[in-house]
Amino acid sequence: MALGLSVIFGMLRIVNFAHGAMFMLGAFVAYYGAQLVGLPFFPALIVAPVIVGLFGLLIEVVFLRRLYGLDPLYGLLFTFALVLIIEDAMRLAAGALGSPFPTPPLLAGVTNLGFTVFPTYRLFVIGVAIVVCIVVWYVLERTPIGARIRAATEAPVLVRALGIDTQQLISITFAAGVALAALGGVLAAPNQNVEPTMGDKVIINTFAIVVIGGLGSIGGSIVTGFALGLLQTLGAVLFPAFNDTLIFLVMIIVLLVRPSGLFGTPASAK
Amino acid sequence: MTTALLGSRRGMIVAGLIALVGIMLPWFVYPVLAIDIVAYALFAVAFDLLLGFTGLLSFGHAMFWGGAGYVSTILLAKAHAPFPLAVLAAIVYAGILALVVGAIAIRRQGIYFAMITLALAQLQYFFVYQLGDWTGGENGVQVSTRGTLFGIPLDNDKGFYYAVLVVAALGVWFVVRVVRSPFGAVLGAMRENEQRAIALGFRVDRYKLIAFVLSGTLAGLAGVLFAVGNRLSGLDGVDWHTSGKVVVMSILGGIGTIFGPIVGAGVYESLDFFVSKTALGDKTNIVMGTIFALCVLLFRRGIVGELLATRTKRAKP
Repeated sequence: MALGLSVIFGMLRIVNFAHGAMFMLGAFVAYYGAQLVGLPFFPALIVAPVIVGLFGLLIEVVFLRRLYGLDPLYGLLFTFALVLIIEDAMRLAAGALGSPFPTPPLLAGVTNLGFTVFPTYRLFVIGVAIVVCIVVWYVLERTPIGARIRAATEAPVLVRALGIDTQQLISITFAAGVALAALGGVLAAPNQNVEPTMGDKVIINTFAIVVIGGLGSIGGSIVTGFALGLLQTLGAVLFPAFNDTLIFLVMIIVLLVRPSGLFGTPASAK
Repeated sequence: MTTALLGSRRGMIVAGLIALVGIMLPWFVYPVLAIDIVAYALFAVAFDLLLGFTGLLSFGHAMFWGGAGYVSTILLAKAHAPFPLAVLAAIVYAGILALVVGAIAIRRQGIYFAMITLALAQLQYFFVYQLGDWTGGENGVQVSTRGTLFGIPLDNDKGFYYAVLVVAALGVWFVVRVVRSPFGAVLGAMRENEQRAIALGFRVDRYKLIAFVLSGTLAGLAGVLFAVGNRLSGLDGVDWHTSGKVVVMSILGGIGTIFGPIVGAGVYESLDFFVSKTALGDKTNIVMGTIFALCVLLFRRGIVGELLATRTKRAKP
């Protein structure tokens, strides 16, 4: 989730409020896929991100493209409008109350890790997250297209002068970022109800993670995301009532000590 | 552009029209809705002081609006405090909160600033949610009576509306004074070119912080008017959608124009109200979202901003 946002922002300098909505859409696509055509869970992990990614591509090409030359704030505001529209549309289509999403039978139950017993599904999510992180890191750092994306982030004009279509790169990156959010949504679905507002809670946490890790720093947001996930699990045990506030306290401390984020460079803070 | 509008005859006409609409409003809509509109107008102007004149986008202004609202209603309902004390305490709360939040947030700029204010606003939201003994959790705080001011009971909605109108007008007047002061000129310089303002020897962080505190305090005042007017503080007041709402209003009306946010708040609230009455009722957010999206794509100057722009174009053939 944070990964998708970091990729999009790093590349486009556009902060995407609609990321939470895309997260929610991913979960809904998987849900309806299962309800209407009996789409099993594992193919849904692929299908839902692809569908939502295409939807994101459409939005990018039709609307967001018009806003690139402007202050990034307009991109932020436009995606906020999108959230209002998408959330309400889903509320109409699916009702405000959530629908439970069954955990796939293969992953139900618990696994004994020796020192502790852990729900199998959680292990699976952690596993997928690690794989996705490695893949994203590999694509960005070790492949030609990743090199181009990084180059386009740092010096768009120069890259264009070398004959590379940056517009196309931007579209691809945006769609990929959105698809990652949708994947997050599908993965989260069995743990919580599938409901139109499920993206809201996630997006704020994601923002905090990205601020802490340093925007545009992919490694940073991965490490921070995992560390904070761990912290919240601990916090749930130690002081349950204020667990939700923990992440913000961490953010405040990080901002006071290192304003550019743990893994950000001061230059990227501007 | 702005100062020209404020000083010009055209500006006086716009101000006069707004004042006239303000005075007539309770005859057209329910007094409580009229209070909402005026409170949001002040909120949007306070917000515009930050976005339009200082160039800082806060996505957490609901924390001052809703937070101050909670302080006032809690004091009125639970402590049975006198009305002036409750209002004063709420405004002081908003001011101190703005000082703390501002001190943290101005360390970063642009998008980061927006995200930090948003996250800090959510922090307060969780506290409000968790401290259910005080804040009523999801039920909010209800106030049975607004109390009295100088011996005058405040429970007549129409009467209270005019009190709100006067306070809001004073608030707007204050913002106009700030914008037109030397201090306002420095804020404008920072918005246009921060590096140059630094080079000229201005301590920009201090200016930003003062602007943030002023804006947050006024937003708190607006939130008090709203909460006391409705006799209710609810969770949606501190929710991030409210922060978004005030951004929408300001952009809709035209940022950096003072009058724009007032018009934007009026248009937004009345649209919101009338759309929710029609067959589109359950699609209110879709309608508002679409209007706002079109605004961002096509009319970035907002209603008043576009009017001004056409005017200038005609004047300079």
